[in-house]
Amino acid sequence: MPINFMLPEFEIERNDYRCIRCRVCERQCANGVHRYDPDTDVMLSDETKCVDCQRCVCLCPTRALKIKKNEAALRTNANWHQSTILEIYKQANTGGVLLSSMGNPEPFPVYWDKILINASQVTNPSIDPLREPMETRVFLGKKPHDIERDADGRINTELPPQIELELPVMFSAMSYGSISYNAHKSLATAAEALGICYNTGEGGLHEDFYQYGKNTIVQVASGRFGVYKDYLEAGAAIEIKMGQGAKPGIGGHLPGAKVGPDVSKTRMIPEGSDAISPAPHHDIYSIEDLRQLVFSLKEATEYKKPVIVKVAAVHNIAAIASGIARSGADIIAIDGFRGGTGAAPTRIRDNVGIPIELALAAVDKRLRDEGIRQNVSLVVGGSVRSASDIVKAIALGADACYIATSALLALGCHLCRTCQSGKCNWGIATQDPELVKRLNPETGKERLVNLLTAWKHEIKEMMGLMGINSIEALRGNRLMLRGVGLNEKELEILGISHAGE
Amino acid sequence: MMREGEFRNPSGCAIAAEISKEGRRFAAEKIIECMIPMHDRSNGLGGGFAGYGIYPKYKDFYAFHLFYDHRHIKKEVEEYLKERYEIVLSEEIPTRKIPEITDEPIIWRYFLNPLKSVLRSAQLDEKEFTARVAMHINTHMKGAYVFSSGKNMGAFKAVGFPEDVGRFYMLDEYEGYAWTSHGRYPTNTPGWWGGSHPFGLLDYTVVHNGEISSYDANRRFIEMFGYKCTLQTDTEVMAYIADFLLRRKGLTPKEMAEIIAAPFWTTIAKKSEEDQARLTYFRTIYSSLLMTGPFSIVVGYNGGLMALNDRLKLRSMVAAEKDDMVYIASEETAIRIMSPEVDRIWSPAGGEPVIVNVKDGVY
Repeated sequence: MPINFMLPEFEIERNDYRCIRCRVCERQCANGVHRYDPDTDVMLSDETKCVDCQRCVCLCPTRALKIKKNEAALRTNANWHQSTILEIYKQANTGGVLLSSMGNPEPFPVYWDKILINASQVTNPSIDPLREPMETRVFLGKKPHDIERDADGRINTELPPQIELELPVMFSAMSYGSISYNAHKSLATAAEALGICYNTGEGGLHEDFYQYGKNTIVQVASGRFGVYKDYLEAGAAIEIKMGQGAKPGIGGHLPGAKVGPDVSKTRMIPEGSDAISPAPHHDIYSIEDLRQLVFSLKEATEYKKPVIVKVAAVHNIAAIASGIARSGADIIAIDGFRGGTGAAPTRIRDNVGIPIELALAAVDKRLRDEGIRQNVSLVVGGSVRSASDIVKAIALGADACYIATSALLALGCHLCRTCQSGKCNWGIATQDPELVKRLNPETGKERLVNLLTAWKHEIKEMMGLMGINSIEALRGNRLMLRGVGLNEKELEILGISHAGE
Repeated sequence: MMREGEFRNPSGCAIAAEISKEGRRFAAEKIIECMIPMHDRSNGLGGGFAGYGIYPKYKDFYAFHLFYDHRHIKKEVEEYLKERYEIVLSEEIPTRKIPEITDEPIIWRYFLNPLKSVLRSAQLDEKEFTARVAMHINTHMKGAYVFSSGKNMGAFKAVGFPEDVGRFYMLDEYEGYAWTSHGRYPTNTPGWWGGSHPFGLLDYTVVHNGEISSYDANRRFIEMFGYKCTLQTDTEVMAYIADFLLRRKGLTPKEMAEIIAAPFWTTIAKKSEEDQARLTYFRTIYSSLLMTGPFSIVVGYNGGLMALNDRLKLRSMVAAEKDDMVYIASEETAIRIMSPEVDRIWSPAGGEPVIVNVKDGVY
């Protein structure tokens, strides 16, 4: 084999004094890093295969293992970073497009971290959520403009279809195929327990999960995988996926290796075939076409389901959202450039799209300027990492947030960013039955419920200290936010003042 | 220093109101006097009153009260008004020189009758048209400020303690069937007269004590419907919301209370099916008009008023009845000044409106 110039990214440090040769690491590693040599009674490792998923580290009973960044490094160069050089070697070796997973890891500004939240002092009391009611329920969907009364003066209380959520969070789209059956089951059951929704992604809905329909958002993407009448009718809402933050402008790609019998049945595609979604919807080349698809889906479901249009945050997002708000859609979901994915070309993931904070602020403002904010609800994701990110997003103008990476982390993901390999040692981004069973859906559900219960407490605490006792009084309440270390243009786009102002 | 409106200005305050259900007109003496025991709730940086039924001779005309910073802008505004209205009367609002009130702007009032031809070409009803005119002057004509714009009613306000403001405007010489009053305790103010309360649009006026934590959510929602919040005070946004819900959406004061001080979901769950449907509907479509944080307000309108606390009752507010009169105040002491003896006195629960309407056809 010719020399490939690659340098292992990680180093495996095994404390031989602690190692008892139990070979757990060997059995747990789907990448084949660890190996036992019976002749010398030594555990060996091939670090070139290691992805730093930490599975072996977590399971080693004697804590004999450490995965470290490889200290053997190329000569430092401020222009030619080691990763850049290694990527060139890789492409020179293979001739292929670089693939990556999960969200953009590059050091772009994270605006959430440059925004601070207000608190009540003196002129206005803070409210204690342990002693006073604190409400987090939201309704997503179109809100009518006019009040209608019957002959007796009673108000007609019929509403366009809405999604009701007990807290302004939903699990974002992740398809069955890109993630495992057990991961999907964890999300579905947790969504049900929490009174929120999860999202099928573009992989169809497994027959076992139709029972969670009222907590399910079914997605219709450019490949139309798994879409048929029962599927559309199964969910609480239908989402048209126009784009995704991790890879705006291109479609999903599920390698044939992940398409086993069950995935094949759910997606309605032949076993073993690559599921490659077209980059655009081939029936949507413009905004008027989107309107037709929105209404086709509404016709198919008798106007009983809200329709979400999901788009990636791109440069002209405010104008795009304004177009969508006039297309008949009930909800716009915007996915920021840091959103995760099961597989995306690295160059696209790392260089296309804009931060969700700026997109959200611009869209909310534009829809208000045009007086059409009531036509749609706004859901944002990519990436929302904590309760405080959610509070900031709501205060900037979002009705709810989509979370996915944080949900996977709760399930055990260690963000090694190699989902595309299908060898997820945590049983999440894989279809290998041996790996899938590592994720217990009962435990998964419990961890997701724990995470969002904790976040709900934190959201209530933060609302309380602002003197707000209902989430709707926080929505779009930008006076509750201040920027630190942001320039005037950034503050202008975010529509907030600088700290001290 | 920045002018009021260029920064957010939270304030504490004293409010009071009295109304005759029979529509009897009475002098403003008591409403002025009742502010004296609540003196410490204000800090001398703003006081004001609104009277209803005070211009019976001109009741069919919009009474515009304006502050002008200088003569030049007065001319400009009058030109602007002349193109749109028949000016039935134009006069200086009579004031009394007292040492407690100084630096007054030019204070003028007009009784206006909209020109039919202008209404026709604007394709607007006269109220909507007049609301837009008032808002246009306040937003675009620097140095002029419309602080009252309803029919047969008027707001009077200044920088000073409310009892002095009442004397300054000689309110003892006016008679109305309802009065509201306000003493202001702003946390920072350059002392601009327009910043005082009551704040009003058309005949809707608001006096308010509190600081709503939902302010920017409410402001950004209401601004979608053509309102422009130029003062950055809670009271201004409340007055616009009152106009939006009561006039433009045709809701009743009770329904308005169900929106801005909506019951908690747990409370709604205990209501009748019809109430649940209506309250859920309001909380869904007007969720951005829910007001959180402390407030006690009196919303005045032609023919009645509504007093309301935030749903947690984070501000004091007391109501009382005596014969045909209903009294509202931040403190009971003020009510005892207006009427030492009362038939009933109570502290309305959070979110529970006290709505008093004058007998039909009287006002």
